[in-house]
Parts: sequence; C-alpha cells; structure tokens
Amino acid sequence: MTIIQARFQLDYGDFKLDVDLKLPGTGITVLFGHSGSGKTTLLRCIAGLQRAPQGKLEINGHVWQDSERNIFLPTHHRSLGYVFQEANLFPHLTVRDNLNYGLKRIKHNSGTVKLEQTVELLGIGHLMERMPGHLSGGERQRVAIARALALNPEVLLMDEPLASLDFKRKQEILPFLSRLHQQLDIPVLYVTHSQQEVAQLADHLVIMDEGRALASGPLPETQSRLDVPLAQDREAATVWQATVAEHETGYHLTRVDVAGGSLSLPAVDAPVGTPLRIQIYARDVSIALEAPTATSILNVLPATISGIADSSRDSQCVVQIRVGNQALLAHITRKSALMLGLQIGMAVYVQIKGTSILN
Amino acid sequence: MLNAADIATLWLTFKVAAIATLLMLMLGTPLAWWLARTTSRWKTVCNALVSLPLVLPPTVLGFYLLVMLGPNGPIGRLTAGLGLGTLPFTFPGLVIASVLYSLPFVVQPLQSSFTAIGEQPLEAAATLRAGPLDTFFSVVVPLAKPGFLTASILGFTHTVGEFGVVLMVGGNIPDKTRVVSVQIYNHVEALEYGEAHWLAGCLLLFSFSVLLVLYTVLKTQPVAHPLK
Repeated sequence: MTIIQARFQLDYGDFKLDVDLKLPGTGITVLFGHSGSGKTTLLRCIAGLQRAPQGKLEINGHVWQDSERNIFLPTHHRSLGYVFQEANLFPHLTVRDNLNYGLKRIKHNSGTVKLEQTVELLGIGHLMERMPGHLSGGERQRVAIARALALNPEVLLMDEPLASLDFKRKQEILPFLSRLHQQLDIPVLYVTHSQQEVAQLADHLVIMDEGRALASGPLPETQSRLDVPLAQDREAATVWQATVAEHETGYHLTRVDVAGGSLSLPAVDAPVGTPLRIQIYARDVSIALEAPTATSILNVLPATISGIADSSRDSQCVVQIRVGNQALLAHITRKSALMLGLQIGMAVYVQIKGTSILN
Repeated sequence: MLNAADIATLWLTFKVAAIATLLMLMLGTPLAWWLARTTSRWKTVCNALVSLPLVLPPTVLGFYLLVMLGPNGPIGRLTAGLGLGTLPFTFPGLVIASVLYSLPFVVQPLQSSFTAIGEQPLEAAATLRAGPLDTFFSVVVPLAKPGFLTASILGFTHTVGEFGVVLMVGGNIPDKTRVVSVQIYNHVEALEYGEAHWLAGCLLLFSFSVLLVLYTVLKTQPVAHPLK
C-alpha cells in the first residue's frame, strides 16, 4: 500500500507551515480548513510548486524532497496529477491536445487505455475538439481532472476544484468525483473548506489550522473528535458506511446495515448489497437511558458514551458516542446531560431523527 | 523614378533590418523573459538600460558606439586583435548599431506579453511533466504569439526608419552602409526633390501598410498584448 509521508516547515513571517503527516496510500484524503490555514500551501509543497526550506516528502517509497540530503525533485519529475482551483487549461490547445499534453511527455506510455477510460468516466467525449474558451466552468474542470488523471500518477492533488463553481456545477461534478473514488486506485489529496465535500468524498480527514494539522485520521473518528472545532460546529455530523439490506416497499423505506445494527432510510433506489455513505447530523441525535418503547423514531441503536465536551453555545454540550465500532456525535442541551447524569462509559440508546444519503 | 542607386539602398535597408530583427529576437527573447520573471534588484537598472534608446538622441548612442567600436575603443581593440578589423563604417557595424538602437521595440512587447501569461500555465505545464525549456516552447511561445508579432514588426520597421545612428556609425558608403533614410537626406541635400519624394513615399507606404496589417491581425488575436 502506498504511504505518503510529508513533513514541511516554512516561515513567511506572517504565515508559518509546520506539519508532519502520514497519509494512507488509498482513497481520498481531504485537507480541510479555513482560508489561510495552510492547506493549499501544503498541497503546493507536495507538488513541488513551492519549496519548503525544511521538508521531507516520500510517496510510495520515492523520495521527492529531503532537505537534509539536499534532494528536491522539480515538479515535472514528480509522478503526480494536479487539479487547480481554476481549471487552468491551456487556452491555445483543444481539449484533446490538453489531454494529450502530459501523455506525450511520460516515458512509459500506458496511457491510451487510461485516457479513454478517464474521458468516459468524466463524460467529456463530446468536447474533445473544442477550445477551452468555449466550455462551461464545470466542463473545464472535468477536462482538467481528466488531464491530471490520464497520466496515471502516483498521487492526485486537487486544490479546491469546485470552489470556483456555482452550486449547480458543483452538483454536476461531485458524482464524478465519487465515482472516481470507487473506480480508481490512485490516492487523492483533496483541499477544501466545504463540509459538504468532506462528507461526500473523504475517507481520511486532515484538519488544518494556522499552518498546523490539528487532527489526521479516518473520517468518522476525526469528525467526532471533541478536541477539534469541527465537532462544535452547528453543522457537525458523522459519516457512516452502510449497506443496503432490504427494501420495505410498502412503507417506501430501505433498511441498511451499519456497524452497530441497522437503520431505516427513505427508499433508496439501489439493489441489496450496495454500499452507501450516510451522514448523521449531531443535532439529529438524541440520547435515552432505556430502550424507548413508544416513540415515532424508527432508528434506535444501543451505544456507549465515550466523551462529553462543552459546546461553544452555552446551553449545549457535545457528546461522543460509540455505536458498535463507529463514532457518532450528538448535540444535546446541557440540562438534559445533567438530568440524565451522562458519564463516559455509560450504556445508552441513541435515537436518530434523520439521516441523509450522500451517494 | 527610383534609380539603380536608390534600389540598392532599399535592398541594403531590407538586409540590415531583417538581420537586425533576427538578432534582436534571439537576444531580446531571453532578456525579456528574464525581465518578466526576475525579482532581482538589477531588474530596474536593466529595464532602464534597455529603454535608453527610446529617449536618447540617436546621435548620442551613435557617438558612444563610434568611440567604443573605433580603433581606440575597447571593442575596437578587441575586434582588431581578433583580426576582424574595426566595425564602424561597415555592414556588421551598422547591424550592431541597429540592434542596440531598436532593441527596446522588441523587448518591451515581449516582456509585457510574457508578464501577461502569468504563473498559472507554467505551473500547469510543470505538473504535466514539461521541463522549463519544453514549457517555454510549447506554452509560452504560442501564448505570446501577438507579442512576438508586434516585436518583430516594430523592430523591423524601426530599423528601417533609423537615421542618426546609421549616419554616425555606418556613414554614407554606397552598397555598404547607405540605407534609404540616408539616401533621402542625400537627395534633399542635392536639391533632388523628385527622387526624395519617390523614396520617402516608398517608406511612408511601407511603414503604414505594415502597421495596418499588424493592428488588423492583433485585433483578431484573443490573447492580451501590449498594443491593445
């Protein structure tokens, strides 16, 4: 399995970057943070577009930078794909020539099959002879993703690829990215400040703040960490993996299996066995000490409390719960927590009022 | 009508301008690229130096060149030492003077179109495995095409139109250094207004049509360029 090891230190006076990360060699790793948190700088350091004076970077056993041994591979010698915030296509070349630009320059050209596959995956076959100036923003960004992927790189770096697009275009591209995720085995480092993109795409999450990595780990664990600000957010949520188990057609419901039991969701149009990503907002989770018998809420699961923290809002607190081996967050009032006498290690029941399906 | 001597000066002018333009592109392209990208503190000094011929009287530039290239000047000694003789009042000397005099007309359009390209296409090319030289020829040159066009045409026409530097460094030697602008001066001096009219008209027509074509082409170019 590919492992990405990245350690960088740079100091621009008003901005410092100081990270030491080990990232998985598969799936999508999202670098999440506000603007100015250093996530784009980190990505540019990995690409070699910016040079951190102190740094060591190893991808899949290949050393790309080691300041102690004075090694710095220039960008064009690194096996990477880079998708910029603005698509950054060459305006003087057709879509086809843009796609071929990199392919012509790699030594072992296993590219043609890959290119066809990529073109199909991103649905850009009908745009091949067009000039970039005649494409919509969404189309341009899809071509840019294909151009980076066609090289079959060891790592794909994406710098807020959806940030410059409006809501509609975002919705047009997100499914492609999710598909990419399922069909390709190239590790992706994806920079964003959008929680929606985190929820839809991330397998691994790195939370950046002021040039440092506050947390790095698998998505649900990192999302539910009480020591990072994300858990405090009004939109705080946890993403679970689920599998379609049964369709209750009479009720227009679908039952899905999750780690700690099963949940009923509004009918999902997918065959039994399909993997799903579901998102549960912390504000939709409530806690009971005994199994509720008479309740309108269908989804009740046994769980254990694993952490309690104060919220930034005075009336609220954040409770971290384990359901099976999955982490879950609940936002409840401080008063309820006190009345129920909630403590770490207590066995409770969680009631989930609503879930949303992400793919 | 144009006589044989006039036609010889036209041909010589064309030769000087063509060779000088080629040399200016070869010299000006790396210089403009450096000026467009460097953060060195020498940039401003260099910019000012390159632009000097725009403001100096041609005779000043010609005078210094004459001194430098002459038998007692540092370059003159060098060329003499190498067995090349001295350059003033020769065709190569004329070309060198023209290059220095018209260089800003080549460097400035190139520099602004290089600056206009920005960092982004270069970074995209690097992430697509193109090295710096490769990037220059596959991305920068096509994107700076209007700049190259403007630079070539302004460099060429400005060389055709020069007078002061030519007279100082080249002199007035038929078939060697006598260019059109000097020939017009000769005609006027000799009160041959008819002949002067013919040559002057040729230059006027030539320069106007070239510039007309240039602006027409640039109008259809999508990329930003310094003259628009």
